[in-house]
Amino acid sequence: MQNVSLFSQIDGASPRTVRIVVDGRPVDVPEYANVAAALLYAGVGVFRRTPVGAAPRAPYCMMGVCFDCLVEIDGLPNQQACMVRVHDGMEVKAMAGARALV
Amino acid sequence: MKQEYDFAVVGGGLVGMAIAYGLAKRGQKTIVLDGEDSSVRAARGNFGLIWVSGKGKKQVDYGRWSLESALLWPAFAAELEEASSLSLGYSRQGGISIALTDDALAGSVDTLRQLHARDARLTYDILDRQQLTERIPEIGQNVAGAVYSENDGHVSPLYTLRALFLAFERACGEYVPEAPVMSIERANGGFRVDTGKRTLEAGRVVLCAGLGNRELAPMVGLTAPVVPLRGQILVTERVRPFLKYPTLSVRQTAEGSILLGESAEDVGMNDGVTPEIVAHIARKAVTQFPLLKNVRVVRAWGALRVMTPDSMPVYEESATHPGAFIATCHSGVTLAAAHCEVLVAWLLGGQRPSLLDYFYAKRFAV
Amino acid sequence: MTIETVDLVIIGAGPAGMACALDASRAGLDVVVLDENPLPGGQIYRNAGCSPLPDAALLGDDYTYGADLVTRFARASLRYWPDTLVWQITRALEISFTRRSGAAASGQICAKAVVIANGAYERPCPVPGWTLPGVMGVGAAQTLFKSSAMLPDGPVVLAGSGPLMYLFAWQLIQAARAPAAILDTTPSRNYWRALAELPGALRTPAYLLKGKRLLSAIRRSGIPHIRHVTRLSVKGDGRAEAVQYTGNGRTSTLAASIVLLHQGVVANVQLTRSIGCEHRWDEAQLCWHPRTDAWGETTVPNLFIAGDGGGIHGAIAAETAGALIALAVSNRLGALSRDARDEQAAPLRRQLDRHRAVRPFLDTLYRPADAFRRPADETIVCRCEEISAGEIRSMARLGCTGPNQSKSFSRCGMGPCQGRLCGLTVAELLAEVHAKPVAEVGYYRIRPPIKPVSLGDLAVSHVPDLNAAQPTEFVPK
Repeated sequence: MQNVSLFSQIDGASPRTVRIVVDGRPVDVPEYANVAAALLYAGVGVFRRTPVGAAPRAPYCMMGVCFDCLVEIDGLPNQQACMVRVHDGMEVKAMAGARALV
Repeated sequence: MKQEYDFAVVGGGLVGMAIAYGLAKRGQKTIVLDGEDSSVRAARGNFGLIWVSGKGKKQVDYGRWSLESALLWPAFAAELEEASSLSLGYSRQGGISIALTDDALAGSVDTLRQLHARDARLTYDILDRQQLTERIPEIGQNVAGAVYSENDGHVSPLYTLRALFLAFERACGEYVPEAPVMSIERANGGFRVDTGKRTLEAGRVVLCAGLGNRELAPMVGLTAPVVPLRGQILVTERVRPFLKYPTLSVRQTAEGSILLGESAEDVGMNDGVTPEIVAHIARKAVTQFPLLKNVRVVRAWGALRVMTPDSMPVYEESATHPGAFIATCHSGVTLAAAHCEVLVAWLLGGQRPSLLDYFYAKRFAV
Repeated sequence: MTIETVDLVIIGAGPAGMACALDASRAGLDVVVLDENPLPGGQIYRNAGCSPLPDAALLGDDYTYGADLVTRFARASLRYWPDTLVWQITRALEISFTRRSGAAASGQICAKAVVIANGAYERPCPVPGWTLPGVMGVGAAQTLFKSSAMLPDGPVVLAGSGPLMYLFAWQLIQAARAPAAILDTTPSRNYWRALAELPGALRTPAYLLKGKRLLSAIRRSGIPHIRHVTRLSVKGDGRAEAVQYTGNGRTSTLAASIVLLHQGVVANVQLTRSIGCEHRWDEAQLCWHPRTDAWGETTVPNLFIAGDGGGIHGAIAAETAGALIALAVSNRLGALSRDARDEQAAPLRRQLDRHRAVRPFLDTLYRPADAFRRPADETIVCRCEEISAGEIRSMARLGCTGPNQSKSFSRCGMGPCQGRLCGLTVAELLAEVHAKPVAEVGYYRIRPPIKPVSLGDLAVSHVPDLNAAQPTEFVPK
């Protein structure tokens, strides 16, 4: 996952954060954010690579319709990041192609 | 008098297209008349098995016919792949029938033993739980065992159908969708077929319209003793390959998704999915493969199989309307190769294979 | 285990769902609201009850209005289940759900009546490069703003057509994060055609005035507003880097690391289709609507639609419709007499008519151009399975007359989004090749589960009747 933040909080937004781990890297994100927002905040540009053509993807609809923001959350693959709120200690990993059977 | 078409094939599913392609590649001017996008189509709900083992208990020739088709499949797949530039995901590593209870295992073994006694090519191996685990490490604890047969395989049924379309087109076949057949009459030594939008004449007609054959068959002095039998299928998200053997109720496709089935419900023309069966299929899947517990189902299907009373095919030429044929079965994938190569030779005027002696509709007459 | 049966289950907690729930529970009905989101408000009033923004006025007056509705809903004594995915509803109104929060459990609930208020989503905007990271819907960026107080922080271009695009441009300006440009794809001929619909729009001038204010603010801001854009494509290596556009005969390129696309919104019909409701194609809104009667009842008995899920009319119309349908359901369940229902409905109907009156004007003015509904061959149409428009056109030529046949041949529509983002485009492409109206081409056959559900959840989703026979399994013999 690359490290360029395309989005940032506006001035005066609540400063409370939680700490999540993104592909092994700990990062503090707004505590009210959903995982997709948190990853964008942390500078994650590519959320997954598609199973068909390994194409890079990131959120498109932010409301649970497009299924492009799929990541592994706390060991469960293919979760819609925009539909899950962050919590302290959450572990997030990018999806590379089809999920494994775990 | 030479008609516009040598053959009119009614029905563009797996049976119709395999036959139509077989005819077209042999130089027959062939037209396929097909239904609509929303028509009931067994071809869309197929599990994808090329299955031999266990077939033919009532009449071993069915097992033999299935085996003959399975043996023709590798060349058939290669030919279709070449004609379509598609990969069909064809694989013949053998198939496994998992038994959840000792009784079920004993029942399967009994059937297979009888079949093997009638034809030694119908081979099988019994796998106890340990041997099953060696072949499929992910198998759950609550299974009794399985039977394995090298004769079985699988393929993508949808890509097979698409490849048949492409190959048929390449062989100068004509495909007409939204052309439901209203009437078939004898005319000028052949047949006049009316689809409402258009009328055409063909030397011979082959009825491959699945459940639609019920209305069509009497038009040409034939009967289609078929009824719908619903099967519901669940399809999961893609998973990295772990299951190379197809089983009767769990199959991992070449894309990685897992197909789960297989129910049998007598519900008329209803092809919906139901909570009870979906839950049942899911429970059985998780029993057989506990690791599937958090794999997600991305869609579900209901499809209507085309079933004769003894579930075996009917192939027949009309006595009152010579040149009009019917071909019906519920295993459109397994038998596709044999339909394309062997059955077509008969449709062209060749000798009817003795292997098909049993498969007349009259066997159902009371 | 007995399954609970309640009077009314409402699916969705946007303006329609909230209004319906408030009125129905006031009428004495036992109401349960199932919401996939973690907080009430739907999309338009997302986080309105607990905004992370220092000043929610950044979002405008309509949003502030919504905060009041959300607060009233949150305080009402009715059962609200957030983080709850409804993945199946049978014709007998048995609802299967999976809950994400707390003890994530899957279960069933039955209702005497169901109101589906699941709203709309942005029309997919298939242009070359739309799948690149950094490309999102305008609504998506707005949702990100509402829910997480985050805005683009780099060159951002808005590209498309429709009121939401102008609203978000205004919101960006208010937040001092003005976009680099607005590429407006509204076809020039739409302006002429929309004039015919102006009288209707003038019945509720507030909408037009609001639009005029937004456009004036955009003009004053000095943001380049390039009109009559006829082609768009996003360029970049692994992520959005620039947007190329053709307008007024010239092709130009703008650097952008975030490209926000918009071509209006469409009704979300996955749930209604999965139940088997009849739908009709709406040529004005270019999307499918469930068929309903004057009380919002679909062709499935006791199943109602309220709000944009039945056709796009906006938030106030949705709220009004929610109240109207609460009357219908209350009467249906015996809590309200027919006369009282009709009497209370009359002012609501007048209000609904007023707020729907602007729609023909907006639908005509912002009707997406053909080029954005029937994209060039190289454009990906099915994002999940990566199928291009060219491949769909070739399926059409091969003989596929409808999306189910093209789906079974190409896998387009078989991914987890279940056709939400490709269904309309596929129908348009098939219609183009076959020279047929889209209404005749049809839509995917949608079946439950309408969103992916784990096998573990499905396994416990329906408790077998121990007295009934085990389901028969099919064994090929």
